[in-house]
Amino acid sequence: SDSPGGFEINLDHRKLKTPQAKLFTVPSEALAIAVATEWDSQKDTIKFYTMHLTTLCNTALDNPTQRNKTQLIRAAVKFLETDTVCYRVEEPPALAELQKNEWDPVVTWAEKRYNVTIGSSTSILGPNIPASTKETFISHLASYNMWALQGIEFVITQLKSLILSMSLIDRHITVEKAVLLSRLEEEYQIRRWGNVEWAHDYDLCELRARTAAGTLFVHLCSESSTVKHKLLQD
Amino acid sequence: MAALGAPLRTLRALLRELRLAAGRSYRDSPAYRHVLAAFRAHRVTSEKLCRAQQELHFQAATYLCLLRSVREHQALHREYHGRGERSPQEVAGLVGFRLPQQPGGKG
Repeated sequence: SDSPGGFEINLDHRKLKTPQAKLFTVPSEALAIAVATEWDSQKDTIKFYTMHLTTLCNTALDNPTQRNKTQLIRAAVKFLETDTVCYRVEEPPALAELQKNEWDPVVTWAEKRYNVTIGSSTSILGPNIPASTKETFISHLASYNMWALQGIEFVITQLKSLILSMSLIDRHITVEKAVLLSRLEEEYQIRRWGNVEWAHDYDLCELRARTAAGTLFVHLCSESSTVKHKLLQD
Repeated sequence: MAALGAPLRTLRALLRELRLAAGRSYRDSPAYRHVLAAFRAHRVTSEKLCRAQQELHFQAATYLCLLRSVREHQALHREYHGRGERSPQEVAGLVGFRLPQQPGGKG
């Protein structure tokens, strides 16, 4: 249902609230519909661990870690120092080759798109990211509102990579591809030693679900035409 | 722009996921109507590189991934992680025994 501050969700005539008892209001109608769909999909029991969009909205509304925009951005950019796609192995050669073939293109894309230097490293200390590169990402992320930033930080934590997350949010790659690239070493080991459905596929589905939710959340909170600006004041 | 395939294929798959998630009345659900309306609204333009169209398609593909992954994750959870402990009857049955019946209850 529509209200001046945003969109609310009604569960059997009761207004949905966040864990901290705030009124559950979202800035985008499409997001509200998707959250309502999550609730409608619950059958006998409420499985909160499957309701990723609801969880993201709750985090945005409650801000349980009490971080402001600057802190959130710094946390996100800090990931660049240990970005998965920059951390390369030397052994075994097949994996090193796979990393080069799969990860080099996305690093190059990021460098071109953002006009920065990133590079990659086989050292245990990781890549040496120039301060100017970090500054560029900091100011780029500052253009997103607080809700979208919560989503971006979430995706980065899931994929363990700022570069893959930006690639995804800029629509350069799909969620499936981003997850595949994030799990490149696992995929390599699976191909070598075999797949264990109850562990590998389980983790894969969960990562895909969370990453897809985060990405959708970011996009739905960033649309200027459908978003209620009053709610997103930083 | 990510390699997404045909929009129609994404739409069909997305509507299927909504049906699987919602059950009988899926056609009346807000999500179903919203998705169809969004696709119809963007169908009119003939430009192949229409940015809004691509954005919508990417969003639809992302939502499809979300619904599908949640469903698959739940299926895996049910199959491998949901069973819990076996009852004493089941444990006895594993080695071919049956628990004794005591008509008066336990002594």
